[in-house]
Amino acid sequence: MSLAGHFSYFATISLMIAGLFIVMARGNLIKKLVGLGIFQTSVYLLYVAPGKLIGGTAPIIQEGFAVYANPLPHVLILTAIVVGVATLALGLALVVRIREAYGSIEEDDILAKDRE
Amino acid sequence: MDTWPGADGNLAPEPAIETLIIEVLLALMMVTVVALARTRNLFGVVVLFGVYSFLMATVLTVLDAVDVAMTEAAVGAGISTVLFLGALLLCRSEEARPVHRPWLPLLVSVAVGGLLVYGSLGMPVFSDPGAPAHRHVAQHYLANAMDETGAPNVVTAVLASYRGYDTLGETVVVFTAGAGVIALLRRRPGRRKP
Repeated sequence: MSLAGHFSYFATISLMIAGLFIVMARGNLIKKLVGLGIFQTSVYLLYVAPGKLIGGTAPIIQEGFAVYANPLPHVLILTAIVVGVATLALGLALVVRIREAYGSIEEDDILAKDRE
Repeated sequence: MDTWPGADGNLAPEPAIETLIIEVLLALMMVTVVALARTRNLFGVVVLFGVYSFLMATVLTVLDAVDVAMTEAAVGAGISTVLFLGALLLCRSEEARPVHRPWLPLLVSVAVGGLLVYGSLGMPVFSDPGAPAHRHVAQHYLANAMDETGAPNVVTAVLASYRGYDTLGETVVVFTAGAGVIALLRRRPGRRKP
Protein backbone atom coordinates (compact mmCIF):
# COMPACT_ATOMS: atom_id res chain seq x y z
CA MET A 1 0.00 0.00 0.00
CA SER A 2 1.42 3.37 -0.97
CA LEU A 3 0.26 6.73 0.31
CA ALA A 4 1.27 8.40 -2.98
CA GLY A 5 -1.28 6.25 -4.82
CA HIS A 6 -4.03 7.75 -2.68
CA PHE A 7 -3.22 11.42 -3.37
CA SER A 8 -6.49 11.98 -5.25
CA TYR A 9 -8.50 10.88 -2.21
CA PHE A 10 -6.46 13.09 0.12
CA ALA A 11 -6.91 16.15 -2.13
CA THR A 12 -10.64 15.43 -2.36
CA ILE A 13 -10.91 15.11 1.41
CA SER A 14 -8.98 18.37 1.96
CA LEU A 15 -11.37 20.26 -0.32
CA MET A 16 -14.31 18.55 1.37
CA ILE A 17 -13.35 19.54 4.90
CA ALA A 18 -12.52 23.08 3.71
CA GLY A 19 -16.05 23.36 2.32
CA LEU A 20 -17.52 21.85 5.49
CA PHE A 21 -15.56 24.31 7.63
CA ILE A 22 -16.78 27.31 5.60
CA VAL A 23 -20.39 26.12 5.90
CA MET A 24 -20.12 25.70 9.68
CA ALA A 25 -17.84 28.58 10.69
CA ARG A 26 -18.96 31.49 8.50
CA GLY A 27 -22.10 33.39 9.47
CA ASN A 28 -22.70 35.05 6.12
CA LEU A 29 -25.35 33.14 4.17
CA ILE A 30 -23.76 33.72 0.73
CA LYS A 31 -20.40 32.55 2.07
CA LYS A 32 -22.14 29.45 3.42
CA LEU A 33 -23.55 28.72 -0.05
CA VAL A 34 -20.05 29.08 -1.55
CA GLY A 35 -18.79 26.57 1.04
CA LEU A 36 -21.62 24.23 0.10
CA GLY A 37 -20.54 24.59 -3.54
CA ILE A 38 -16.97 23.62 -2.65
CA PHE A 39 -18.20 20.57 -0.73
CA GLN A 40 -20.34 19.62 -3.71
CA THR A 41 -17.55 19.95 -6.29
CA SER A 42 -15.19 17.91 -4.11
CA VAL A 43 -17.71 15.07 -4.45
CA TYR A 44 -17.30 15.31 -8.25
CA LEU A 45 -13.59 14.56 -7.75
CA LEU A 46 -14.40 11.69 -5.38
CA TYR A 47 -16.46 10.04 -8.13
CA VAL A 48 -14.47 10.90 -11.27
CA ALA A 49 -10.87 10.39 -10.06
CA PRO A 50 -11.19 6.58 -9.48
CA GLY A 51 -12.60 6.24 -13.03
CA LYS A 52 -9.40 7.56 -14.60
CA LEU A 53 -6.88 5.16 -16.13
CA ILE A 54 -3.44 6.63 -16.83
CA GLY A 55 -2.76 6.26 -20.56
CA GLY A 56 -6.46 5.88 -21.27
CA THR A 57 -8.67 8.34 -23.11
CA ALA A 58 -12.12 9.90 -22.81
CA PRO A 59 -14.95 7.34 -23.23
CA ILE A 60 -15.69 8.14 -26.89
CA ILE A 61 -15.40 4.96 -28.96
CA GLN A 62 -12.83 5.39 -31.73
CA GLU A 63 -10.64 3.12 -33.84
CA GLY A 64 -7.12 2.79 -32.47
CA PHE A 65 -8.01 3.21 -28.81
CA ALA A 66 -8.57 0.41 -26.36
CA VAL A 67 -8.36 1.93 -22.87
CA TYR A 68 -11.14 4.29 -21.84
CA ALA A 69 -12.00 6.04 -18.58
CA ASN A 70 -14.99 4.59 -16.72
CA PRO A 71 -18.04 6.42 -18.18
CA LEU A 72 -20.53 5.69 -15.39
CA PRO A 73 -19.22 8.20 -12.79
CA HIS A 74 -19.26 10.85 -15.52
CA VAL A 75 -22.97 10.28 -16.10
CA LEU A 76 -23.74 10.49 -12.38
CA ILE A 77 -21.75 13.68 -11.95
CA LEU A 78 -23.32 15.36 -15.01
CA THR A 79 -26.65 14.93 -13.26
CA ALA A 80 -25.17 16.16 -9.96
CA ILE A 81 -23.83 19.38 -11.54
CA VAL A 82 -27.19 20.33 -13.02
CA VAL A 83 -29.12 19.48 -9.84
CA GLY A 84 -26.44 21.38 -7.86
CA VAL A 85 -27.00 24.59 -9.78
CA ALA A 86 -30.76 24.21 -9.34
CA THR A 87 -30.43 23.91 -5.56
CA LEU A 88 -27.95 26.81 -5.56
CA ALA A 89 -30.51 29.02 -7.35
CA LEU A 90 -33.15 28.06 -4.77
CA GLY A 91 -30.73 28.76 -1.90
CA LEU A 92 -29.83 32.18 -3.28
CA ALA A 93 -33.52 33.02 -3.72
CA LEU A 94 -34.03 32.13 -0.03
CA VAL A 95 -31.08 34.39 0.90
CA VAL A 96 -32.60 37.29 -1.04
CA ARG A 97 -35.96 36.76 0.70
CA ILE A 98 -34.25 36.62 4.12
CA ARG A 99 -32.50 39.89 3.29
CA GLU A 100 -35.87 41.46 2.38
CA ALA A 101 -37.46 40.24 5.62
CA TYR A 102 -34.59 40.83 8.10
CA GLY A 103 -32.42 43.45 6.37
CA SER A 104 -29.31 41.33 6.86
CA ILE A 105 -27.72 38.09 5.62
CA GLU A 106 -25.55 37.57 8.71
CA GLU A 107 -26.64 34.64 10.83
CA ASP A 108 -25.96 36.46 14.14
CA ASP A 109 -28.09 39.49 13.15
CA ILE A 110 -30.95 37.25 12.02
CA LEU A 111 -30.91 35.26 15.28
CA ALA A 112 -30.77 38.50 17.31
CA LYS A 113 -33.81 39.84 15.43
CA ASP A 114 -35.70 36.62 16.03
CA ARG A 115 -35.10 36.89 19.80
CA GLU A 116 -36.49 40.45 19.98
CA MET B 1 -3.15 8.81 -33.44
CA ASP B 2 -2.32 5.24 -34.41
CA THR B 3 0.88 4.96 -32.40
CA TRP B 4 -0.71 5.54 -29.05
CA PRO B 5 0.79 3.80 -26.01
CA GLY B 6 -2.43 2.20 -24.77
CA ALA B 7 -3.70 1.10 -28.21
CA ASP B 8 -2.74 -2.53 -27.64
CA GLY B 9 -4.62 -2.62 -24.37
CA ASN B 10 -1.56 -2.12 -22.17
CA LEU B 11 -1.27 0.97 -20.06
CA ALA B 12 1.45 3.55 -20.64
CA PRO B 13 4.64 2.62 -18.76
CA GLU B 14 5.54 6.21 -17.75
CA PRO B 15 2.55 7.80 -16.01
CA ALA B 16 4.49 10.41 -14.01
CA ILE B 17 3.73 13.55 -16.03
CA GLU B 18 -0.05 13.08 -16.11
CA THR B 19 -0.13 12.45 -12.36
CA LEU B 20 2.10 15.48 -11.79
CA ILE B 21 -0.27 17.75 -13.76
CA ILE B 22 -3.22 16.54 -11.67
CA GLU B 23 -1.30 17.07 -8.42
CA VAL B 24 -0.30 20.64 -9.38
CA LEU B 25 -3.88 21.52 -10.35
CA LEU B 26 -5.23 20.07 -7.08
CA ALA B 27 -2.65 22.12 -5.13
CA LEU B 28 -3.82 25.26 -6.97
CA MET B 29 -7.39 24.42 -6.00
CA MET B 30 -6.39 24.10 -2.35
CA VAL B 31 -4.69 27.53 -2.49
CA THR B 32 -7.83 29.03 -4.05
CA VAL B 33 -10.05 27.55 -1.35
CA VAL B 34 -7.82 28.86 1.47
CA ALA B 35 -7.82 32.34 -0.10
CA LEU B 36 -11.60 32.09 -0.48
CA ALA B 37 -12.12 31.18 3.18
CA ARG B 38 -10.02 34.19 4.28
CA THR B 39 -11.57 36.77 1.92
CA ARG B 40 -14.25 38.92 3.51
CA ASN B 41 -15.38 40.85 0.43
CA LEU B 42 -18.15 38.73 -1.08
CA PHE B 43 -17.45 39.93 -4.63
CA GLY B 44 -13.91 38.59 -4.24
CA VAL B 45 -15.31 35.35 -2.83
CA VAL B 46 -17.55 34.87 -5.86
CA VAL B 47 -14.69 35.56 -8.31
CA LEU B 48 -12.45 33.09 -6.44
CA PHE B 49 -15.25 30.53 -6.62
CA GLY B 50 -15.31 31.05 -10.40
CA VAL B 51 -11.53 30.46 -10.49
CA TYR B 52 -12.03 27.32 -8.39
CA SER B 53 -14.72 26.02 -10.76
CA PHE B 54 -12.53 26.56 -13.82
CA LEU B 55 -9.64 24.76 -12.10
CA MET B 56 -12.05 21.92 -11.33
CA ALA B 57 -13.06 21.84 -15.03
CA THR B 58 -9.36 21.61 -15.99
CA VAL B 59 -8.77 18.77 -13.53
CA LEU B 60 -11.80 16.94 -14.94
CA THR B 61 -10.39 17.34 -18.48
CA VAL B 62 -7.10 15.76 -17.38
CA LEU B 63 -9.11 12.98 -15.70
CA ASP B 64 -10.66 12.21 -19.15
CA ALA B 65 -14.12 13.34 -18.04
CA VAL B 66 -14.58 15.75 -20.96
CA ASP B 67 -18.38 15.93 -20.82
CA VAL B 68 -18.31 16.67 -17.09
CA ALA B 69 -15.58 19.28 -17.64
CA MET B 70 -17.66 21.10 -20.26
CA THR B 71 -20.73 21.08 -18.02
CA GLU B 72 -18.69 22.25 -15.02
CA ALA B 73 -17.16 25.11 -17.04
CA ALA B 74 -20.53 26.21 -18.45
CA VAL B 75 -22.84 25.55 -15.49
CA GLY B 76 -20.52 25.51 -12.46
CA ALA B 77 -18.28 28.40 -13.44
CA GLY B 78 -20.70 30.29 -15.70
CA ILE B 79 -24.27 30.10 -14.47
CA SER B 80 -23.37 29.71 -10.75
CA THR B 81 -21.21 32.85 -10.88
CA VAL B 82 -23.99 34.79 -12.61
CA LEU B 83 -26.49 33.62 -9.97
CA PHE B 84 -24.12 34.62 -7.14
CA LEU B 85 -23.53 38.05 -8.70
CA GLY B 86 -27.28 38.54 -9.11
CA ALA B 87 -27.81 37.70 -5.44
CA LEU B 88 -24.96 40.05 -4.42
CA LEU B 89 -26.69 42.86 -6.31
CA LEU B 90 -29.67 42.43 -3.98
CA CYS B 91 -27.61 41.97 -0.79
CA ARG B 92 -24.71 43.76 0.86
CA SER B 93 -21.35 42.60 -0.48
CA GLU B 94 -19.26 42.73 2.71
CA GLU B 95 -19.09 39.93 5.24
CA ALA B 96 -19.23 40.87 8.93
CA ARG B 97 -16.14 40.24 11.07
CA PRO B 98 -16.59 36.97 13.00
CA VAL B 99 -17.27 37.60 16.69
CA HIS B 100 -15.63 34.45 18.05
CA ARG B 101 -12.89 32.02 17.02
CA PRO B 102 -14.33 29.02 15.13
CA TRP B 103 -12.66 26.31 17.21
CA LEU B 104 -15.59 23.90 17.32
CA PRO B 105 -16.21 23.89 13.52
CA LEU B 106 -12.45 23.44 13.01
CA LEU B 107 -12.40 20.47 15.39
CA VAL B 108 -15.44 18.86 13.73
CA SER B 109 -14.00 19.37 10.20
CA VAL B 110 -10.62 17.92 11.12
CA ALA B 111 -12.26 14.94 12.85
CA VAL B 112 -14.42 14.25 9.78
CA GLY B 113 -11.31 14.60 7.58
CA GLY B 114 -9.40 12.12 9.75
CA LEU B 115 -12.21 9.59 9.50
CA LEU B 116 -12.40 10.03 5.72
CA VAL B 117 -8.62 9.59 5.35
CA TYR B 118 -8.83 6.42 7.43
CA GLY B 119 -11.66 5.17 5.20
CA SER B 120 -9.87 6.08 1.96
CA LEU B 121 -6.85 3.93 2.87
CA GLY B 122 -8.93 0.87 2.03
CA MET B 123 -9.80 2.18 -1.47
CA PRO B 124 -7.94 1.06 -4.62
CA VAL B 125 -4.95 3.23 -5.57
CA PHE B 126 -5.25 5.91 -8.27
CA SER B 127 -5.55 4.53 -11.83
CA ASP B 128 -5.59 0.87 -10.77
CA PRO B 129 -7.00 -1.05 -13.77
CA GLY B 130 -7.95 -3.94 -11.47
CA ALA B 131 -10.20 -1.79 -9.28
CA PRO B 132 -13.75 -3.16 -8.91
CA ALA B 133 -15.22 -0.04 -10.56
CA HIS B 134 -13.49 -0.94 -13.84
CA ARG B 135 -14.37 -4.62 -13.89
CA HIS B 136 -18.16 -4.80 -13.73
CA VAL B 137 -20.86 -3.08 -15.80
CA ALA B 138 -18.60 -0.31 -17.14
CA GLN B 139 -16.91 -2.78 -19.50
CA HIS B 140 -20.30 -3.90 -20.83
CA TYR B 141 -21.27 -0.32 -21.67
CA LEU B 142 -17.91 0.39 -23.32
CA ALA B 143 -18.15 -2.77 -25.43
CA ASN B 144 -21.82 -2.60 -26.45
CA ALA B 145 -22.99 1.04 -26.29
CA MET B 146 -21.92 1.75 -29.88
CA ASP B 147 -23.90 -1.20 -31.31
CA GLU B 148 -26.94 -0.80 -29.06
CA THR B 149 -27.48 2.96 -29.27
CA GLY B 150 -25.35 4.19 -32.20
CA ALA B 151 -23.73 6.92 -30.11
CA PRO B 152 -19.92 6.78 -30.07
CA ASN B 153 -19.82 8.83 -26.86
CA VAL B 154 -20.60 6.32 -24.13
CA VAL B 155 -21.52 9.05 -21.63
CA THR B 156 -24.18 10.34 -24.03
CA ALA B 157 -25.41 6.80 -24.67
CA VAL B 158 -25.87 6.08 -20.96
CA LEU B 159 -27.32 9.50 -20.13
CA ALA B 160 -29.82 9.77 -22.96
CA SER B 161 -30.59 6.16 -23.79
CA TYR B 162 -29.93 3.59 -21.03
CA ARG B 163 -30.74 6.05 -18.23
CA GLY B 164 -33.09 8.33 -20.16
CA TYR B 165 -35.76 8.27 -17.46
CA ASP B 166 -33.25 9.44 -14.84
CA THR B 167 -32.46 12.42 -17.04
CA LEU B 168 -36.19 13.12 -17.32
CA GLY B 169 -36.36 13.05 -13.51
CA GLU B 170 -33.46 15.49 -13.41
CA THR B 171 -35.37 17.99 -15.55
CA VAL B 172 -38.28 17.65 -13.09
CA VAL B 173 -35.87 18.64 -10.28
CA VAL B 174 -34.68 21.66 -12.26
CA PHE B 175 -38.29 22.65 -13.04
CA THR B 176 -39.23 22.37 -9.35
CA ALA B 177 -36.27 24.53 -8.34
CA GLY B 178 -37.20 27.13 -10.96
CA ALA B 179 -40.81 27.18 -9.74
CA GLY B 180 -39.54 27.58 -6.16
CA VAL B 181 -37.33 30.53 -7.15
CA ILE B 182 -40.26 32.25 -8.88
CA ALA B 183 -42.53 31.63 -5.87
CA LEU B 184 -39.92 33.10 -3.52
CA LEU B 185 -38.98 36.18 -5.53
CA ARG B 186 -42.37 37.11 -7.04
CA ARG B 187 -43.33 40.71 -6.34
CA ARG B 188 -46.67 40.69 -4.59
CA PRO B 189 -48.80 43.83 -4.95
CA GLY B 190 -49.12 45.79 -1.72
CA ARG B 191 -45.84 44.59 -0.18
CA ARG B 192 -43.45 47.46 0.48
CA LYS B 193 -40.07 47.40 -1.17
CA PRO B 194 -37.09 46.95 1.19
